[in-house]
Amino acid sequence: MIASFGFGVLIITFLVTLYSVFAAIYGERKKIPAMVESARRAMLLTWPLLTLTASILIYLLVNDHYEVQFVYEVTSRSMPTYLKVTAWWGGQAGSLLFWSWLMSAFASLVTLRKWDRDREFLPWVIVVACITMAFFIGMNVFFENPFAQLYQMSTGVEAHTFRPAASILFIPQDGNGLNPLLRHPGMVIHPPMLYLGFVSFVIPYAFAMAALITGRTDDRWIRLTRRWTLWAWMFLSFGLVLGGRWAYDVLGWGGYWGWDPVEIAAFMPWLTGTAFLHSVMIQEKRGLLKHWNMLLIILTYDLVIFGTFLTRSGVLSSVHAFAQSAIGPLFMGFVSATLVASVGLIIYRWDSLKSETEMTSLLSREALFLLNNLLFMSILVVCFWGVIFPLISELFTGQTVTVGPPFYERATGPLFAALMFLMGIAPLSAWGHSTVKTIGRAIWKPIVGALIMTAIIFATYTRNAIALVAFFLIALVILVTIYEYWRGANARQKSQGENIFAAFWNLTGRNRRRYGGYIIHLSMMLMAIGILGIELFQVETQGTLEVNQQVSVGGYDVVYQDIAQFQGPDGREVTRAVLGVYKGSEYLGELNPRIDYYYDAQQTMTIPGQRSTLRDDLYILLVDWEPASATGATFKIFVNPLVNWLWLGSLLFLVGVFIAAWPEKDAEPVTVRSQASVQQQTSAAD
Amino acid sequence: MTESTISAPRRGVPIWAQIIIWLFLVGLLAIVAAGLSRAQQGTVQPGQVIDNFTLPLYSGYELDGKSEISMEDMRGKVIVINFWASWCKPCEQEAAELQTAWKQYQPTGQVVFLGVDYVDTDPEARVYLKKFGITYANGPDLATRISQYFRIKGVPETYFIDQSGVLQYVQIGPFSSIDQIRAQIDPLLK
Amino acid sequence: MRSSRFTFYILLLSLVLAGLWTGSAYAQGPTPTDNEVNRIARQLYCPVCESTPLDVCPTEACRQWRDLIRTMLAEGKSEGEIKQYFVEQYGVRVLNEPPNRLVSYLVPTVVILFGAFMLFRGFQMWIKPSMTESRLEDTKPEAKPFQDLYIAKLEEELKKRK
Repeated sequence: MIASFGFGVLIITFLVTLYSVFAAIYGERKKIPAMVESARRAMLLTWPLLTLTASILIYLLVNDHYEVQFVYEVTSRSMPTYLKVTAWWGGQAGSLLFWSWLMSAFASLVTLRKWDRDREFLPWVIVVACITMAFFIGMNVFFENPFAQLYQMSTGVEAHTFRPAASILFIPQDGNGLNPLLRHPGMVIHPPMLYLGFVSFVIPYAFAMAALITGRTDDRWIRLTRRWTLWAWMFLSFGLVLGGRWAYDVLGWGGYWGWDPVEIAAFMPWLTGTAFLHSVMIQEKRGLLKHWNMLLIILTYDLVIFGTFLTRSGVLSSVHAFAQSAIGPLFMGFVSATLVASVGLIIYRWDSLKSETEMTSLLSREALFLLNNLLFMSILVVCFWGVIFPLISELFTGQTVTVGPPFYERATGPLFAALMFLMGIAPLSAWGHSTVKTIGRAIWKPIVGALIMTAIIFATYTRNAIALVAFFLIALVILVTIYEYWRGANARQKSQGENIFAAFWNLTGRNRRRYGGYIIHLSMMLMAIGILGIELFQVETQGTLEVNQQVSVGGYDVVYQDIAQFQGPDGREVTRAVLGVYKGSEYLGELNPRIDYYYDAQQTMTIPGQRSTLRDDLYILLVDWEPASATGATFKIFVNPLVNWLWLGSLLFLVGVFIAAWPEKDAEPVTVRSQASVQQQTSAAD
Repeated sequence: MTESTISAPRRGVPIWAQIIIWLFLVGLLAIVAAGLSRAQQGTVQPGQVIDNFTLPLYSGYELDGKSEISMEDMRGKVIVINFWASWCKPCEQEAAELQTAWKQYQPTGQVVFLGVDYVDTDPEARVYLKKFGITYANGPDLATRISQYFRIKGVPETYFIDQSGVLQYVQIGPFSSIDQIRAQIDPLLK
Repeated sequence: MRSSRFTFYILLLSLVLAGLWTGSAYAQGPTPTDNEVNRIARQLYCPVCESTPLDVCPTEACRQWRDLIRTMLAEGKSEGEIKQYFVEQYGVRVLNEPPNRLVSYLVPTVVILFGAFMLFRGFQMWIKPSMTESRLEDTKPEAKPFQDLYIAKLEEELKKRK
């Protein structure tokens, strides 16, 4: 009953979004403001409707209504309540509903702002947002109904939206339970965070389309969505980091990134999103690259839709499963249609997107930003090719191949290195004009500093050439960023007479985007340190230990002491080992890797025992395919140097984005184009 | 300061550029669509003529003394192709039934049972075959060529091919009784 | 008497030969360690599971494949031979990289180079007029060549706009 009611609300929501689309278009074409307003209100209505739908679903999830197919698939009696709630996004149907809910929330937020100056955008933003929403809700209504129920038929148990003839409702005693991999409390956040990023990127896309359709292709649409873009990018970035942390903590493979096509599908919109984030600054400052920005946001949007469908947590956990499902073709149709329509719009408005000034110097900031874009797009090309190559190979040779980490690492490594080099130069170049002399004058000190630091690393830590080049670049970027910060604070100190701390504070406060950006770059370098540590210097060993037997790895001595098997709280059997960790004769502590076997899902999880320091991670897995007993157990031991800089860096990253996105007190500047071309060697002004 | 356009002349995007852009875009989407439709295809369906393929046989599991068998060799007989693997639990449910059926049809010389081992290891395969006392021809599907041809979605799957090489029936999953097997073969022998 | 001595020596010889033959089994070397197996398994993907490298795959079948690698290593097979065997048995997709490196690296390289080319063409088009101006700041101005250059640039631009 309740489930059918939920489905009814879903259908109503679908019709409301369709109405919104048509009302907006009709009202805009026929110049009837009342219709447009009606469309806006319809769109505002979708959020309460979807919240109601979601509440119904959550009610069903929490109250063990296993006759509902989705509830049966993702919950079970032994799960704690909070996990039953988060099971909302634990499967395909619920994930789609969650996506729609977020979309309606953001679309409503956007339309609640004051529209005085940009009334003409409103109808088209509504149209784009509602078409997207209609697609996802339509998926739910017609293909993946979260409220479908199980019916006992003559041929067995099947799921249907409406009760078929000669069948009765089938109510299982218990459910399958959420995929154990998703029952990690921290990893409850990863899918929503990623979805927040994905959905937020629809807003800049909607404004871009509105700009193209109305012909108002100046940078108004960029200014309006500037903060949205930043937040979207932040959520997406953090979502990716959380995914890496989840893989590291819970997947039990000892790594944080496997270059799996599913991971790459979420990574690709991040690449175009980062390129977009930088190149819109060029359009704002210098009025250039209007075509390119349009293209970037369109790519981001379509890659976002693609990434949404290819998630590991849901039913479609692999490219293969995605391709074979009924959803695959539908979504490909949607991506194709939106791609064709958007590209058509750019071509239609090509002339109105012409630049307002010209580029004057190869080393100006805009030129370097363009190089940045080239590098990000190159990485995108590598990733896209890696995902599509097996497909092409199978089409043309009948044999499929696997493109794994070696290809991606070899192909993207140099590109990332080039990006780091750019990160070192770009802060020192100015908008409009820079020469080798001006940059050289600023950069020689950081270069020397970086060389010294690299020499120290060479002498004390490693001779590995790749590591040395990478550490040089990281040191360069860190030094350049600190140098820029110091220069700015110093100038402020002298001119305003503040002490150094006040100078730093006010400097950041007055130029939030620039200095927030510098902190983000710094945080990326910390993350790079972590990545390099684990990628280049990881030590791994696997072996069987008898009780009280010891093994030495990476400077640690690990002793297998004990093992215990017991029933866990929520329907799992736990096998837990006790290992003592020593460094020479000094006792460092105890580690407890364990294997959790979940009865309901019939799945095993290997949870590592970790000892984390800034220097390295001692990471021990109980190998679950070998029998473990008091006489002998098999362990896989990793020592991952510097890896915690990766997670630390991501925290600093959040700080940086908050600073960059914090609203400025001053009013938005009026676009005065003629001044932009006169700008010469400004470096402090933003 | 003189204004300048970024790339194209003032009259929109030139036709040649448009053609290239659209060709590229459509081409890309077509490739993805082709790949998708290929993945969406089910297994080979009844009515299709099965192409010739060869299967190397495990030693001790030859047919008529031949260590390699091809479809041509078996033309004129009813062919039962069963895809299995030693690591496949459901396959064990039907193993005994298949062997019994083989024993019943072997004297007639009209039916051939062929076991195709999908992605397996030699020692484990032999353990499995011995465990169920299987005597009909069995061999590894090298490089998964045959499974890819039949587009199997998993194991076990059984394909019934008539005397002229046309696929007649596809069984997905294990048989629950020997009658099910006979029900597919007997009509073909008439 | 002679024949029994002869028999004794034959028996002794057979015993020695038997001992040598059975003992030669040990000459194959100690069992390969888990690390040696993993070193190779890491470069392969599970033939059945989706996107799972062979060294971390927990299924029974994968355990059998790792045992297979162990056995082959004990027999003295090289890494290349083992990978070749897996390819013959399970197809090329079991490797973690396409065997034909040229094709897989060629396309992205070409596309990226093309992108770089387009970018630098763009730079050239935009920056050439101003490059002459900036050179003016650094060097002594020579009016005539500058004018010629400027006129040539202007003609070029005009041609483009036709």
